[in-house]
Amino acid sequence: MNQNLTACYECDLLLRETCMAGATGVVICPRCGAELHRVGRNTLEKCLALTCAALVLLLIANLFPIVGLNIQGHQVETTVFGAARQLWRDDMPIVATLLLLTTVLMPLIELCALGWLLLPLWRGYRPRWFAPVFRALQLAHPWAMVEVFILGVLVSLVKLSHLADVLPGPAIWCFGALMLVLSVLSSILDHQALWSAWEAAEA
Amino acid sequence: MIWRTAAEQGIAHCEVCGRLGDTAGDARCSRCGTRLHLRKPHSIERAWALLIAAYVLYLPANLLPIMETRSLFGVQRDTIMSGVAYLWLSGSWVLALIVFIASVVVPLLKLLTLSVLLVAVQRRRVGAPTQHARLYRLLELIGRWSMLDVYVVAVLVALVQAQSLASMAPGPGVLAFGAVVVLSMMATMAFDPRLIWDARIVDNNEEIQSDPKRSSLA
Repeated sequence: MNQNLTACYECDLLLRETCMAGATGVVICPRCGAELHRVGRNTLEKCLALTCAALVLLLIANLFPIVGLNIQGHQVETTVFGAARQLWRDDMPIVATLLLLTTVLMPLIELCALGWLLLPLWRGYRPRWFAPVFRALQLAHPWAMVEVFILGVLVSLVKLSHLADVLPGPAIWCFGALMLVLSVLSSILDHQALWSAWEAAEA
Repeated sequence: MIWRTAAEQGIAHCEVCGRLGDTAGDARCSRCGTRLHLRKPHSIERAWALLIAAYVLYLPANLLPIMETRSLFGVQRDTIMSGVAYLWLSGSWVLALIVFIASVVVPLLKLLTLSVLLVAVQRRRVGAPTQHARLYRLLELIGRWSMLDVYVVAVLVALVQAQSLASMAPGPGVLAFGAVVVLSMMATMAFDPRLIWDARIVDNNEEIQSDPKRSSLA
């Protein structure tokens, strides 16, 4: 089979891999307009840096309180785990699990998988279990919903502001920064680039 | 120019690493070992099953209370719509609009859009594949935002606990609502967008159309 061929993942059109890069560095399928490939310089290095930053932010975001509330001199604050624990106590174990999965576990899996793949590739050798870890990255990605969570926190802050004084905690800033870092990361990360780096690295 | 798909040549695109492989014989990707399929297996059946489950749960998600507030004045049960009304009346129009769009309009629109795509693909009469493909991309993009209300409830419930003022507890609507979001996301993932292009009405003009700038065809 001709090694220079590729196919669009959205419409299955056969394409020649060469002569595809446009001026913007984004390769678009000529038939359906799906984004096929991104061309960038030092992609691995940039992604690795962003992954490390995101891991640190995720850690802080989950350990520190998101919001505090001051009701008649009485202070309460909550972390993501605190919110999940409360849902669990209120007979909502499934919703509590959903919360933990989408805001903690899936972003963590995604970032750890990325780190696992990027660090060895960047240093020029092939990481172990490349395919299964890559698959985990692919599967976790749609379920990591940090940006939606941020909006949810903001909406609940507005709802509570009529009831009591709300005090934004350190974690909300970290979640905000994490959201930005993750969106930059997904805009420069190209899955095809990971595989070509794997091809180029030593076994 | 004539569009030629990989499937017509018996070639499958590996969904993990993107390499092309022959589907004859063992049909595993030569690079990463993933099993190769020309199209996602049972795509339409799985998408319908998940979609119907999501439709069924859409009703309780919107009718059952998502939150119960206990205060000195008794128990107040809030559904999603009453939450939107509260935000609207308290003057936060922008947030009311965001919540309304994210939790009422988007989920329903998502279910309807996927139904339209599935029916069109099953009848094999997709007249405007580019637009259908765009719709599918939109579905993938906005699906996650409906999770908003689940998060709002989680944060509120955690903060307002056994205070002198009031206490809040999650209602059964949250479970149904979360299930609608998850099921519709899974239905979107089960659907194979390549089916849109397989089912398009082949028009001679479309087949011959050519654009020299985009001539990257094999």
